This record gives sequence, structure tokens and C-alpha cells, in this order.
Amino acid sequence: MTVKTMAEYMAEGTEPEVLFWVGCAGSFDQRAQRITKAFVQILNKVGIQFAILGKEEMCTGDPARRSGNEFLFQMMAYNNIQLLNGYGIKKIVTACPHCFNTIKNEYPALGGEYEVIHHATFLQQLINEGKIVVKDGGAFKGKKITYHDSCYLGRANNIYEAPRAVLEAMDVELVEMKRCKSNGLCCGAGGAQMFKEDEPGDTRINFDRSKEAVATGAHIIAANCPFCTTMLMDGVKNAEKEDSVQVLDIAEMIAQSLEA
Amino acid sequence: MLHIIQQILFIIVLGFASFIFYKKIMSIRRNINLGKEETFGGAAGLRWKNVLLLALGQKKMFKRMTPAILHFFVYAGFLIINVEMLEIMLDGILGTHRLFAPYISSIYPILVGFFELLAFTVLVSCVIFLIRRNVLKIKRLTTGELSGGWPKTDANLILITEVVLMSLLLIMNACDYNLQQMGSEHYMQTGPFWISQYIAPLFSGLSETSLIAIERSAWWIHIVGILAFLNYLPYSKHLHIVLAFPNAYYAALEPAGKMHNMTDIQQEVLYMMEPEKAPTEVPADAAPARFGAKDVMDLSWKSLMDAYACTECGRCTTNCPANITGKKLSPRKIMMDTRDRLEEVGKNVDANKTFVEDGKALLHDYITTEELRACTSCNACVEACPVSINPLNIILELRRNLYMEEGDVPQEWMQMSTNIENNMAPWKMSPDDRDAWVHN
Repeated sequence: MTVKTMAEYMAEGTEPEVLFWVGCAGSFDQRAQRITKAFVQILNKVGIQFAILGKEEMCTGDPARRSGNEFLFQMMAYNNIQLLNGYGIKKIVTACPHCFNTIKNEYPALGGEYEVIHHATFLQQLINEGKIVVKDGGAFKGKKITYHDSCYLGRANNIYEAPRAVLEAMDVELVEMKRCKSNGLCCGAGGAQMFKEDEPGDTRINFDRSKEAVATGAHIIAANCPFCTTMLMDGVKNAEKEDSVQVLDIAEMIAQSLEA
Repeated sequence: MLHIIQQILFIIVLGFASFIFYKKIMSIRRNINLGKEETFGGAAGLRWKNVLLLALGQKKMFKRMTPAILHFFVYAGFLIINVEMLEIMLDGILGTHRLFAPYISSIYPILVGFFELLAFTVLVSCVIFLIRRNVLKIKRLTTGELSGGWPKTDANLILITEVVLMSLLLIMNACDYNLQQMGSEHYMQTGPFWISQYIAPLFSGLSETSLIAIERSAWWIHIVGILAFLNYLPYSKHLHIVLAFPNAYYAALEPAGKMHNMTDIQQEVLYMMEPEKAPTEVPADAAPARFGAKDVMDLSWKSLMDAYACTECGRCTTNCPANITGKKLSPRKIMMDTRDRLEEVGKNVDANKTFVEDGKALLHDYITTEELRACTSCNACVEACPVSINPLNIILELRRNLYMEEGDVPQEWMQMSTNIENNMAPWKMSPDDRDAWVHN
């Protein structure tokens, strides 16, 4: 695996095509690290010159802002924007829809203007350009798969088709849940809920959502967000389906379907 | 003589009703302007497109077919029957009867027939709506904040009023047709109308005097009823028929995921990081900043208009993941609470010229922390609302106040913030390990 940091590019006096914003989940969460590695594998395979910020990357401030702590958000944003502008970053790709939303929609007002792209759209572009070629239909050909729209890619940013196009490229049998696209049900993690216990209620949101996904009869729940992935995996476990139903990020699916 | 009295009476009633309505609308406008200023840029073309699609075209209603079709009948009926209202108004002022009939005699019966058909579909739809609320007890319309009290009464009153008004219109025309057949003076020959001709036999045995009495009574009750209903609007959830339009115009054009930026804090952080940029003198009259919203006056005026535009249909709540899983949060209640508190604040301002502290606020006295903390910021409520209301904005502004002014924060969120501050990640992980995944 070849991964270079921005600092290394800088030292060499060269520039990457794109900055891969890994995000906190992608960096630290063991499950999400697998998504990060899968995405890197794709970038390497396609031959894209990319950089990460490495140890210099910081939380975008999304959960701080949504929990109500604007001070902390502004501090994180300030530091990140200083760093990104210092490196002269123009294009950013990320596998986290929360980072995507914050950098794309909220940083410009604070002086951070970049072309920001979520990995679902990025993968779709690579497929359209013929740079990603799925081997013999790929590892998921004909498999029954359902897709969970993350709120921050879907309703927050109106991206519904790109991830579906990526799945289509793998020739899967896509079965939609009743609540999909703009009517999709949240996994329960957004708005900093990931970092605290649920408020009192009848059930957890991820249990409800996973039940719906499992009921489609799909063996794979495809996702585009590290937080959704964790939430849905917990939900599948709760439904005692962890032996028959997998939760996979679309990048992991593509990585498994690439020509050797 | 009787005509003149009727005319004068009508003009007085119409003038009085219009005046009262105008006064109330101005007071609502004043209340909305108690909110914080927020400017809305963006292409006017896109905004008008939203008015056409979302308000006039009711685009989002059609996510649920049954209520969409029934609602469309009532809505179309309401809009188009207003054309006939013009004739009724002019008849009232001028003391005429069916003013337009002689000028468009060939199409008049078709026109009125069409209005009657609309009135009939409105009537039937409203009866079905009443059944949905009171017999079938559809969950969305009968639970939570709609399970009783004023909201329930309000909904039923609106529907019953519409049934009565439409019935009066048909009764009026039915008697009119009977009088035409008798050759009664003043009732010109227009021929039977599409719907009322089937009701006419009910009144056929009556004398001319009785028929005129019924026809005139129905005419008067109908028009006075409409003027009364007009004045009921501002006190009711039914105000959405007006505010859906400006609300669609001011609907967000930016991605829904973008949160409102707090420039005060942005500046503060900037001065902390780059002290040389900080102004040396702080203006003496600088108002103490309020972080987020504690009360309705701290919200954007658009959020306050949202509150008046809400017709309590509950599409937000039935799509809310927190509500679906039994949490206390209901976006509809957030909107209803905001309106109730704003009305209370408005009365306070009316009585005291300016707002006098009443020891209450939207936060805590109306909306609890438990409700606010259940929100996942998923935007389902925003997406679901047919009239472009954004409950999420209110929730997030209140959360800001809870966090930054009250310091009322769950322990886990405190820990998360500490982690972000110290480790640059919401978990207690060393920043040095951020790229550890590369090597293992």
C-alpha cells in the first residue's frame, strides 16, 4: 500500500491530484479503517496520485457543531482551513459524508474553498471514465443487495444516484427498502448521536433500520458512511443475522471486484 | 327599501371583517418580525420556481397519494370557487342577483355547474378527512400533540366549517332553481346546475316566500360564514393556505446539510488565533451576544414564519427516526410550541409596548432538553414538509444555547468535546496514531 502525506509531497516539491481526507472514523475506528484501506487500494490500482494529511488531519468539527459547541467547531475549522490553505489544496475526496458536508458546505464561509467530492461520486466518475474495470461482473454479480442512503450524502446533499450507479457497475441485484432515497431512514448516528446513548424510547434507530434492511432478503447492506456501517452492523447483530447479512461500504465492494 | 338595507348591511359586514382581518395579519407580521434578521440571497428565479412547484403545485403532498388527492380537491375547490366569490361579493355590494349571468348567459350554467362540482368534491373530501381523523383515527392525525385539546378541535372545526359552507352554496342554488321554475321575480332563468338540481326536489313543495327566505338565509350565512372563516384563519393552523406561498419562496436553496454559521464566534476564534487582527477598542454599546436561541426572539424570522405556516399534518413527525423509535421528539410539536410561545410573547408586547420578562422561554418551558437531544439532524422532517418548514433549524439553535449558555451537556458529549480538543478526534486516541492504519 502506497500512501504519501502532503508533507512528503511538499518536501518533494510535487503536488498530488487529490487530497484524501480520511476522517476520524476512517483513521481510528477498526471497522472504518478497512474502508479506508479499500479506498486506498482502489486509488493505487487506478494510479491516482493522492495524499493524506496524516497526523496533521483533525476532526472537521461536525459532531461538535451539531451537539451545540460552536466554539470548538470554529477552532477545528480554523486549524483545518489554515492547514489546507497552507498546502494550497484544491481538490478533496473523502469516504465520510459528514466530513464531506462540513468541508464542502460549511468551510467556504470560513475561508476554506475547495472542490470536495464524496467517494461515491468519485468512484462513479472512475467507472464512467473506464478507469475502474470490474472483473467478470465482479465478486457481487447477481447478489441481492440493499443500499442504505446516509442522511448526509442523501437529504443533506441530494446525492442518491452516484452510489447506486457504483452498485449497478457491479451487476448486483439491487432491492430497495421502502424507505429509500429522500425518504431514507437515518441510521441513528448523525447529529453527534454516535457519541452518546440514545434518549429513552422503544427501540434504537439502528435496530429499526437494520430490521428493515434485513427484511429485504438481501445478504449485503451497502453503505457509504463509516458511522452508518457501524450502526447497521450493530443492528444486524441485534437481529441475529450477522452470519448471513454483511454490511459493506461501496468502496470495499469495488475493491473486492477489481481486476487482479 | 329592503334591498338598500341589505346592501348597506353587507358593506358594513364586509368592511368590518376585512378590517379585523387586516389588523390580525399585521399583528402576526409584527410577531414574525420579532425574530432575528436573516437575509435570503440566491436566484429569485429558483425561488419563484419553488413557489410554483411546492406551494401552487403541492409537489411534496404527492408523496402520499390518498391525502394528496383529497387535499387537491379541497385546494382546487378553494382556489376556483373564489371566482364565484367575486360575483357573490359584487351582488352583495350592488344589490344585484347573479350579476354576471346576463353577460355570459351561454356559459354561465356551465361555470356555476363546474363550481358546484368543485363544491361537492370539497364537501366529500372534507367528510372523508373527518372520518380519517375521528373514526379511522389515523395515527399521524390523532396521536401525540394532536390527541386532544385545541389542535384537535381546530382541525375538526375547519373541516366542519367547509362542509357547512359548501352545503349552503348548494342549498342556495337548489332554492334558486325552484324559484326560477316558479318564475319568481328577481330570479332570472339560468337553467338547472350540475349538482343542485338533484337537491332541488327536497325544497320543491315549499312556498315562494319560504324558498326566498331559505335562499336568502343560505346566501347570508354562506358569505358571513366565509368572512368569519377568514378571520378564524390567523388563529388556526389553517393559516397555511396563505403562508405556504411566502414559505416556499424563502425555502433554503443551499444544501440542507449546511448549518447556519455563527459569525460572532468565528470572529472570536479568529482574534484568539490571530490577536493582531482583533480590534483594539470594543464598542461600548455592543449588545451582549446570545448564543443560539433560548426564546422565540432569538430565532430567525423565517423560523417564526415557519411556525405560523404549520398546519400540523405531522408528516415531519411520522418521518422522524427519533419519533418512530419512541423518543419524545416530535418536529411537529417543535413548530406548535414555537407558535404558542410566539403568540404569548406577542400578547406580552401588545400589553407592555415592548417585551417584558415573564420568566418563561421557549427552551425548557415549552421544549425540553430530552426532545432536543433525540435529534439526529437527519433532515427527514425538513424533506417531508409540504410547505417548506424547517424544524431542524430551531432544534439546532436551541441546542447551541443549551451547550454554550447553560452548559447543559450530556457527560458523553462533554467527553467527546474534550477528546476533539485534546486529541483532534471524538475518541480518546492519540493524534500520533491517526495514520497508524497505513502501517498495520
